[in-house]
Amino acid sequence: MQKSNVDIRSLQIGFGGLKVLENLNLHVEASEFLVLLGPSGCGKSTLLNAIAGLIDVKGGEIHIGGRDVTWAEPKDRGIAMVFQSYALYPRMSVRRNMSFGLKVAGTPREEIERRVGEAAQMLRLTSLLDRRPSELSGGQRQRVAIGRALVRHAGVYLFDEPLSNLDAQLRAELRVEIKRLHARLSATMIYVTHDQIEALTLADRIAVMQGGVIQQLDTPKKIYREPVNRFVASFVGSPAMNFIPGRIACDGETGFIAGANRLGLNGYAFRGLPTDARAVLGIRPEHIELTASDDPSAVSARVEMVEPMGADTLIWCRLADGTTFSFRDDADAKMREGDTLALRFPAQALSLFDETSGQRL
Amino acid sequence: MRLSLTSRFSAISALLPALLVMLVVYIGATSWTVWMSLTNSRMLPNNNFVGLRQYETLLGNDRWITSVHNIVIYGVLFVSFALLIGFLLAVAIDQRVRAEDTIRSIFLYPYSMSFVVTGLVWQWLLNPTLGIQHVLRSWGFENATFDWIVRPETAIYCLVIAGVWQASGLVMAIMLAGLRGVDEEIWKAARVDGLPKWRVYMSIIIPMMGASFATAAVLLSTGVVRLYDLSVSMTNGGPGIASEVPAKFVMDHLFERANIGLATAAATTMLITVIAVVAPYLYWRARKGEMR
Amino acid sequence: MTAVAQPLPAARRPKRMTPARWGLYAFIFITALYFLLPLYVMVVTSLKPMAEIRQGNLLALPIAPSIEAWVKAWTSACTGLTCQGIKIGFLNSLRILVPSVAISILVGSLTGYALSLWRVRGANILFGAMMVVAFIPYQLFIYPLVRVFSFTGLGQSLLTIVMIHTIFGLPTMTLLFRNYFASLPVELFKAARVDGAGFYQIYARIMMPMATPMIVVAVILQTTGIWNDFILGLVFAGRDNLPMTVQLNNIVNSTQGERAYNVDMAATLLTALLPLAVYFGSGRWFVRGIAAGAVKG
Repeated sequence: MQKSNVDIRSLQIGFGGLKVLENLNLHVEASEFLVLLGPSGCGKSTLLNAIAGLIDVKGGEIHIGGRDVTWAEPKDRGIAMVFQSYALYPRMSVRRNMSFGLKVAGTPREEIERRVGEAAQMLRLTSLLDRRPSELSGGQRQRVAIGRALVRHAGVYLFDEPLSNLDAQLRAELRVEIKRLHARLSATMIYVTHDQIEALTLADRIAVMQGGVIQQLDTPKKIYREPVNRFVASFVGSPAMNFIPGRIACDGETGFIAGANRLGLNGYAFRGLPTDARAVLGIRPEHIELTASDDPSAVSARVEMVEPMGADTLIWCRLADGTTFSFRDDADAKMREGDTLALRFPAQALSLFDETSGQRL
Repeated sequence: MRLSLTSRFSAISALLPALLVMLVVYIGATSWTVWMSLTNSRMLPNNNFVGLRQYETLLGNDRWITSVHNIVIYGVLFVSFALLIGFLLAVAIDQRVRAEDTIRSIFLYPYSMSFVVTGLVWQWLLNPTLGIQHVLRSWGFENATFDWIVRPETAIYCLVIAGVWQASGLVMAIMLAGLRGVDEEIWKAARVDGLPKWRVYMSIIIPMMGASFATAAVLLSTGVVRLYDLSVSMTNGGPGIASEVPAKFVMDHLFERANIGLATAAATTMLITVIAVVAPYLYWRARKGEMR
Repeated sequence: MTAVAQPLPAARRPKRMTPARWGLYAFIFITALYFLLPLYVMVVTSLKPMAEIRQGNLLALPIAPSIEAWVKAWTSACTGLTCQGIKIGFLNSLRILVPSVAISILVGSLTGYALSLWRVRGANILFGAMMVVAFIPYQLFIYPLVRVFSFTGLGQSLLTIVMIHTIFGLPTMTLLFRNYFASLPVELFKAARVDGAGFYQIYARIMMPMATPMIVVAVILQTTGIWNDFILGLVFAGRDNLPMTVQLNNIVNSTQGERAYNVDMAATLLTALLPLAVYFGSGRWFVRGIAAGAVKG
């Protein structure tokens, strides 16, 4: 099975006067698992549909496996696709759903049978082959839809929010299954989702999109640890990253001043030279640490609310100037409402954003 | 929530007219009609039970045989053509054509018109002396003949032409609603699978539209059994008795020929036919409803 | 796929009008002609003098258009016995239409309301039976009903035909309103109950004001249905109240001697005018009405 790379060059897409994507560039390596992540309306599905050839582009080029397929029919692009609503052909058995495209394309019968059998076995569908989609559960249906894509032996597999219609537990199961599939086939996969957990668990690289623009294209770890702007920082991660407004002070040791607190920024990797400016500090709840009350760098905060989450506890705190934030402690945290805590914000775990542009500093 | 006594009384009082209509009109009148078909009533109903003799007479009646023959021809052709044309129109309109609303209005407006109007217009169009035949001849097709309406063996097909014209728009509207209900992603999946459009319709869409087809077919079929106005206004059953239909047979024997026994036997036969068509459909719908 | 490895012929932007697209528009165009032809012929014929009709072409535009035939059809065409034109029928139809539409919607909505929101024992059986009998041809009821009405002394009259239209409109109207009320959030109804509103209060104050869209659909459905009725008017309305469709058929089909086709077509158009106006005036509501009526059962 061949694995194609995908190269998108200054792509433009619009409907009527509305520009959805403008001058978008993206390169996906062969065998890579790339996730397009973003809120609804950010253009991620539009981009995926353009790669599939299901919508016309206004400008730019799409290359798959080194061929210019900008104007090729979907079937000639060497792609296969899995849809959110499964889009199974309702009156056909599972077997026929998987084999119909191949049959119409004139693939020899033994070849069809071999591929269907292989895919069915991979997805544990063998016993369901003669059922109708209406007789299957949601998770089984989506496995059939994946099977229908697999038998195409495509160079690129496209997934359009495939797990959004499933309940939380099935979603988790199928997520693992897709990951296993990628590991086994090492096929190129492009996967659209608005669920950041899916993105973080599945992707080799994530492209976070908003407003038709790729905000950040990076490994999940980088996206999580070093978001390039406030949008990425707030979109990825749950519970969400805390944002504390304040300013950067470069007098002597560089620090961040929020109300009466001064946080040392020694160890923070500034992108440029730090200057005195208003900024927003971002820190993830799990990066905040409890410390001794005599620690000079300690920030003092009052506990407002305690949310036990099972595996850990989320504690909501308020600073003297009224800013609220949350931090994560282990499951048997003993804090109570009204307690005063001494907390440490490690500089290497922080993100600093320009107050107006929202860009990482 | 338990209903108070007054509310319960009010609810029942509101249902009284419906209940009365149900019992008196639908059940009562139907039973009486069936009973009369077993008597030898002529001008006025009587209770002289004669068993199935009226049905025997009916089977030997030329006019009835012609009526049944006609309604079968009309029914098969009318339903098939209306379904075919209606479906094709719906598919055509579904291809994102320009001026969709205008096109749809053109196909549906005949359905707003009565059968009487429909019959009279087509009677005029098919008039051999001045109608379409005349137009064809004036265009230089000297030997063109389109005189179906005055020929006994073809008059019934004229009713089909008019009926299809009137009802195809209805089928189109039902089918279009069905087509618009198809998940957009099924079309996308089919394109990725490389299926040609006609193949998608044949193998995927049409099998999905069973409910739309059944609804349209049942609506059309009940219209077939009721066919009366069109025959009266377009050909008045003629030439001779060539385009008689069962409903007209019943009406004529009730009010002009004073043969109530025979008329009600014919009406009862119509009822049995309707039940044969509708009962399986209702059963199927009820089962579908339960499965949901 | 095995075939994808070979390079495609330089992929090009597809043309807007493919041959398939041309075929599609040709199909639509030709069928549109079939559908429009009768309307066109009706209009041009009604505007031609008889001499022109006899000599000329059915499809030709009138050389000397005149509305004489319209005037004649309206005021002096003969319906067999009298020669007062189709306006008599028009007025009769209006007199039948207005009370029939109003009463059938009132009764139907009330029945639908009682069947949908109030759990009356046997309601489902009643509703199911109504849906089944809606399919029975009129020929089964007509004669017994004639007897019943003559027995009660009503005979053939305006009141009779209004009652008949209410009776035969009941299943469809009930279905329409029952389904609509059943689709409303039941909390609305419960809240009104908690506030102490009674059966008829909830119907008049809460449900009917909310059912405006369904009332529009019902008015469209009943107006075209009752206006277009032929058989019920013929049998139940009586000689003095014959509706327009019956008068029209009499004008056209009982003429002795030479037929005045222009007058016939003018009368036909006049009869079709109201439903056509309703249809073109109501746009998508008409389609909604069909869809609602089509889900019988």
